[in-house]
Amino acid sequence: MQSLMNTENKTITLEKTAFLTIDQVSKVYTTSNGDYTVLDDVNLTVKEGEFVCVIGHSGCGKSTLLNMISGFNQPTTGTVKLKDKIIAEPGPDRMMVFQNYCLLPWKTAFENVYLAVSAVYPHKNKQEKLALVEEHLAMVGLTEAAKKKPNQLSGGMKQRVAIARALAICPEVLILDEPFGALDAITKEELQEELLQIWRNHRLTVMMITHDIDEALFLADRLVMMTNGPSAKIGEVLDIPFSRPRNRAQITEDPRYYELRNYALDFLFNRFAHSEDPTDDIIEPEIQNNKLKIAGIVGGLIVAAIAGFTLFQSFNGNNEQSPKNNTQQISN
Amino acid sequence: MTARFEKTSQTANILNSILYSQNTRKIVAPFVALFILLAIWQILCSGEKPNLPSPITVIKDTWDPYIINPFFNNGGTDVGLFWQLLASLKRVAIGFSLASVVGIALGILIGANRLVYSALDPIFQVLRTIPPLAWLPISLAALRQSDPSAIFVIFITAIWPIIINTTVGVQQIPQDYNNVSRVLKLSKIEYFFNILFPSTVPYIFTGLKIGIGLSWLAIIAAEMLVGGVGIGFFIWDAYNSSQMSQIILALIYVGIVGLLLDRLVSFIASLVVPEEQK
Repeated sequence: MQSLMNTENKTITLEKTAFLTIDQVSKVYTTSNGDYTVLDDVNLTVKEGEFVCVIGHSGCGKSTLLNMISGFNQPTTGTVKLKDKIIAEPGPDRMMVFQNYCLLPWKTAFENVYLAVSAVYPHKNKQEKLALVEEHLAMVGLTEAAKKKPNQLSGGMKQRVAIARALAICPEVLILDEPFGALDAITKEELQEELLQIWRNHRLTVMMITHDIDEALFLADRLVMMTNGPSAKIGEVLDIPFSRPRNRAQITEDPRYYELRNYALDFLFNRFAHSEDPTDDIIEPEIQNNKLKIAGIVGGLIVAAIAGFTLFQSFNGNNEQSPKNNTQQISN
Repeated sequence: MTARFEKTSQTANILNSILYSQNTRKIVAPFVALFILLAIWQILCSGEKPNLPSPITVIKDTWDPYIINPFFNNGGTDVGLFWQLLASLKRVAIGFSLASVVGIALGILIGANRLVYSALDPIFQVLRTIPPLAWLPISLAALRQSDPSAIFVIFITAIWPIIINTTVGVQQIPQDYNNVSRVLKLSKIEYFFNILFPSTVPYIFTGLKIGIGLSWLAIIAAEMLVGGVGIGFFIWDAYNSSQMSQIILALIYVGIVGLLLDRLVSFIASLVVPEEQK
């Protein structure tokens, strides 16, 4: 089904198919225990204006994949291209919204957004920059909280600031790393709807990591499901056929919703269930730590023994000397 | 009988409320402890010819001119305690300010650059363990004047904790903030003012606080050796002329000034360090 869709799209718009391409990407970390392959032969093409969600168990390399798109990470083999340009470093055209917000705590909401705006548009005058910041804070409904520092904001408000900061600099791709993972259910739904609205108005391209199948089904055009690591790859790509604009109630009533949901759940929990057995490379470091601990204890004991012995000796020495001192004092 | 009992329980209640209320405990308790300590000291040093003066003797001996007139000036080193402390504080102020400026600058440089860090850190780890006074002969030999030498000792004493804490502060900048900087492609200057400096300020103040304490420790010892006006030499001078009471009075002043210096740095920190980072 997916291949069919792809060929259809290719015939419609050729340039749109090559907006963001992940081509035969693999990522290998060299560790003391040998090579550790996180991602193996990942291929994905994202069209301009598409909303793609990535889902998979923790440790499957979703974040690694996203970090390669944002440029924090480089693939070991293969290429990640945005508009035919290889991504080599982070840049504001691929703005991230992080799970832990990454706001600067010493700056107010306004200043946090302003920093991004003034860094990306150094040639705009101050008036324009201020207007941009105000516009985007208003878009996420934070005009009144603009003067507050992140610590005075709730989690949802912080993530709104982060979204405002990301959008204020007009990125070509918006990358979201589990943006709503730490939020309560109601705030989460609110923000999902706001994000959809913004996505529609700005015609953004969005890559988003999530753990939440319902979230993915509500938001995404396509859902990328990853297999388990090590050597994770893209297991399957689900097309989510609901028409836009989406209405949560309508979607959940759609019989296809449960088909897709069950299919995704089956993928995650039956076909690629996360094994509970701890893998070898998790045990190794603990053993090393134990060795270090033992070495530390033995070393500490030796030092203590030497110190104790010296103290004991000097104590003895004092005892021998003390009578003399006493006699001296008496004679004085 | 019952009336009496009620009365005693009432007074007991009042006593309890006084003893256990937070404020009185904080204010009264230290005074009670001080009084007890002074009493013990008084008892221990009240023999025929004690080696050390008792508190009452200290006050008697130093009342005129040291306590009632800290501002007298008979020329030379024979000046009131205010001038002695001021002279020491001046040296600390100059040495410590220099140490702060150089220390923070070096600390940021070392923290921001891996190569510089691996090159200089082992050297600093050795240098910082050298006791302050060990620098005095070298600085006397190099500078050939007592006052700059004392200031140099302050400088070299205070600079290590400032450098080391600043370095740690720069290295401990959360990866999150660096990621923001990388994705926004902040320029070096933008990064410095928006991320590096605000994020490092709490560490810098930890260094400054340790530094000012060490400076005050070192100046007393350094002044004993270099002489001139200053509370350190005042103590040494008093020892040489067997004025034990003057030494004890000077020690009390030194302690109070040291505490005030520490509080001063904490106060400045409370003004400068952002609320969110304490």
